[in-house]
Amino acid sequence: MTSAVSLHDVRKDFGSLTALSDVTLEIEDNEFFTLLGPSGCGKTTLLRMIAGFEGATAGTIRLFGDEIEHLPPNKRPVNTVFQNYAIFPHMNVAENIGFSLRMLGWTKLEIQTRVDEMIEMVKLGALVDRKPSQISGGQQQRVALARAMAPRPKVLLLDEPLSALDLKLRQEMRTELKRLQRDTGITFIFVTHDQEEALSMSDRIAVMSDGKVQQIGTPFEIYEHPNNRFIANFIGETNMLPSTIDTVEGLNLVCQLEGGQMLDALANCDNIPGATGVLSLRPERLSITKTEPTGKILKGELGDRVYLGTDTQFIVKLSAELNLKVRMQNSFFQGANYKTGDTVFVTIADGAARFLVD
Amino acid sequence: MAAGTGSGSTVSAIFSPVRLWLLLPSWIVIGFFLLVPVLLMLTYSFLTKEFRGGVIWEFSLASYDQFLFDRGLFGDEAPVVKWTYINIFIRSILQAIGATIFCLLIGFPTAYFIATRPIQSRTIWLFLITVPYWVNLLIRTVSMKFLIRDSGPLNELLLYIGLIDAPLHVINTNFAVQLGLFYSYLPFMVLPIYASVERYNFTFSEVASDLYASKVTILWEVILPVVKPGIIAGSILVFVPSLGAFLAPDLLGGAKTFMIGSLIEDQFKGNAGNWPFGAAASMILLSLVLVVLMFYVRAQNKDQT
Amino acid sequence: MDRTFDIKHYRGFFSITCLCLVILYGPLIIVMIYSFNDSVSITNWGGISLRWYVEIFTGLESAKFKAAAWNSFSIAIMAAIVSTVIATAAAIGMIRGGNFKGKFASFALISLPIMVPEIVTAVATLIFFSTIGFKLGTLSILVAHTVFCIPFAYLPISARLQGIDASYEEAAQDLFANRWKTFRYVLMPIMWPGIVAGFLLAFIISLDDFIITNFIKGAGIETLPTAIFGSVKQGIKPNIMALSTLLLLFSIALVTLSYFIGKRGEANQNTQQ
Repeated sequence: MTSAVSLHDVRKDFGSLTALSDVTLEIEDNEFFTLLGPSGCGKTTLLRMIAGFEGATAGTIRLFGDEIEHLPPNKRPVNTVFQNYAIFPHMNVAENIGFSLRMLGWTKLEIQTRVDEMIEMVKLGALVDRKPSQISGGQQQRVALARAMAPRPKVLLLDEPLSALDLKLRQEMRTELKRLQRDTGITFIFVTHDQEEALSMSDRIAVMSDGKVQQIGTPFEIYEHPNNRFIANFIGETNMLPSTIDTVEGLNLVCQLEGGQMLDALANCDNIPGATGVLSLRPERLSITKTEPTGKILKGELGDRVYLGTDTQFIVKLSAELNLKVRMQNSFFQGANYKTGDTVFVTIADGAARFLVD
Repeated sequence: MAAGTGSGSTVSAIFSPVRLWLLLPSWIVIGFFLLVPVLLMLTYSFLTKEFRGGVIWEFSLASYDQFLFDRGLFGDEAPVVKWTYINIFIRSILQAIGATIFCLLIGFPTAYFIATRPIQSRTIWLFLITVPYWVNLLIRTVSMKFLIRDSGPLNELLLYIGLIDAPLHVINTNFAVQLGLFYSYLPFMVLPIYASVERYNFTFSEVASDLYASKVTILWEVILPVVKPGIIAGSILVFVPSLGAFLAPDLLGGAKTFMIGSLIEDQFKGNAGNWPFGAAASMILLSLVLVVLMFYVRAQNKDQT
Repeated sequence: MDRTFDIKHYRGFFSITCLCLVILYGPLIIVMIYSFNDSVSITNWGGISLRWYVEIFTGLESAKFKAAAWNSFSIAIMAAIVSTVIATAAAIGMIRGGNFKGKFASFALISLPIMVPEIVTAVATLIFFSTIGFKLGTLSILVAHTVFCIPFAYLPISARLQGIDASYEEAAQDLFANRWKTFRYVLMPIMWPGIVAGFLLAFIISLDDFIITNFIKGAGIETLPTAIFGSVKQGIKPNIMALSTLLLLFSIALVTLSYFIGKRGEANQNTQQ
């Protein structure tokens, strides 16, 4: 099946600055696909290239199999929701939503019908005649959405559309957007730097940094099986323990930490004994006990703790330079029984340790 | 993050042929009807005067010659510098400097005062200051002439109050011209200074005061250096037009206050005119103005680094 | 009463400001008052009357003034229209054109008419017209006015355009508008207050011009400023006061109008709250 959007070896230079390089990815039809990364990683540039506002220095961009690099934005069947909404200030809500249909030459009746449909879909009924200066930020965002979806694009591009909204509204809109995508079947390409958004909304995520795609996968894959240090650090929290491989059995490794402790770990590719790297351990996959358990364990001294409502995060000092963050759920763990300075043991859930090279 | 401001993005690169067509009209109109005429004027200053006004297309340095020297540079006797025209230029420069200082003395406190008003009244003050500017310069100059002439309302008022015994003879003096220039270009001094003071952060004044500085010292050593760009801009905006002014000297001045503007205007009146000479005088004026502007641009660039 | 210490306050600045306003408005107000003077002599006050206003329209010189007014206004409208169109095109080219090679030179050229002293422009233009044999008259005035109106129209238009986020045009293109439609349906409506301000500014500048017009008008044509000047040269007469007052009030009305249009435009532009 032809993918909705296909990028192959795409490169973008701005003068001597390389904003994107070696970008190859396939976005499937009807998918909610997210480009995730910190500021400056190139995700917005990539989005703009798909929309047509920037040209590629090299590489091909295909839409359902057709090459589109040479097409100007107004000839591509993709539409964009801009970060600052860019709602035309001199037109009211209905005129904004119907703008593209006017440009495409639809009849007045067709435009009216479609605009009504869109207003219904994003629930803006009462505001039809209002001008942008008369509606709130959240309402403007929905107008931007309706406007971009009115001409039935095959692909919808969203450039950090929720970043200007406050927390409550953002959470509401996340559910809304997910529902819209599912109901309409349009391929959504979503750009954000907020990993919570990416994890909660996406079918697949492409994590980017420094102009390159670091990893593509489902939220589960990205979170549980990060390919490198950057991704492990960027998504969620993790502990990084320097270690050396002791034995290898396929993708199962036994690694030795600097302090001599031996731990089981999973690799994401072939490795040889003696290779050095880090073990990534997510704080919530670790737990603290007072009694010494069997198997491979870590021992340390309990340090400070931070109360976070649902969880408490503990620091366990394994050695003078090595600290572990361990997160325990307050409803299941009696933190009061543990005092700072106590000797504690840290157990690791099965498969939770990942060996990463770079 | 790539911003769509049009610089460097594809949206404007596609633009090139369109951009050319957009800029072409202004290039053609200004290039053809101003740039070319100025170059032509430069040429004219090197031509020979024709008997009935107009020119003969023959190269000659006569105009510049006439400007500086009593007799030809290449004549029999040694050339004696003729001061008449040079004096006119010097007088114009002095008048322009005087007007600038006058505007500065009154304009700076005014601009400062307005910039320190609460926001709502600020726009009203600004409006009040600029509205007179929108009245035709000719009418403003005529009004000033009407006001200060010997039998005018100002003298009447002063006589009536008893401040003076005989009418002040202000009209047709250098002072009248100064007044006229000041009146013509004051808003040009006020607005740039206002813009600078508005951007000034008064916390600096508070800090200085906390460190025992008097208000005068604060003004001189803290505020003025920060506001300097505005003062310089305002001064240029007053000095340059004053230099080439015609209306104020013509209507408010007399024979003794002859300035460049009137000198040039004379050359093109009917048959008594000397076109090459007028062109030469204009070129000298233009050069003077360009020199001043270049100093300004260079001073600006130095400030920027 | 205790005077609270205001770090911003300087003694005497308020008085100087008031002095400034008195000097600026004084002569104008005096002229306005005297335009209602019933007496023939301008020095003696004879009571209030509108006779001089009547006289401008019906008296001896009325035909001359009417012709001059007609010339002034028609030239001003045409010069303003042409220069505004040219300035709008230039502003779009300069501000949305990115950084191109001739950008600084373009900007210098557009500002040239403001930088060159008026008398120099007048001389150069006269020499030019005379050399190419261009007949001096209404058309010559129109051409000269258009040239120096361009930078004046350009200023408010470019200021407005610079404040407009480029994302509106990108959104329009994203929604299938081509270049022309983007300009017509999106850019121009938002730019409109700037264009109007530029037009009004150009209009006033052309209406008020004296020096350049005087030089190149040729014999027989008068505009209001040249007619007033000619009359004043023979001595200030009361009807000139009335005419001046009318022109004065007209200019002020125009500026106020331009100011309010600008304010309304700003209100429309703000979509963020």
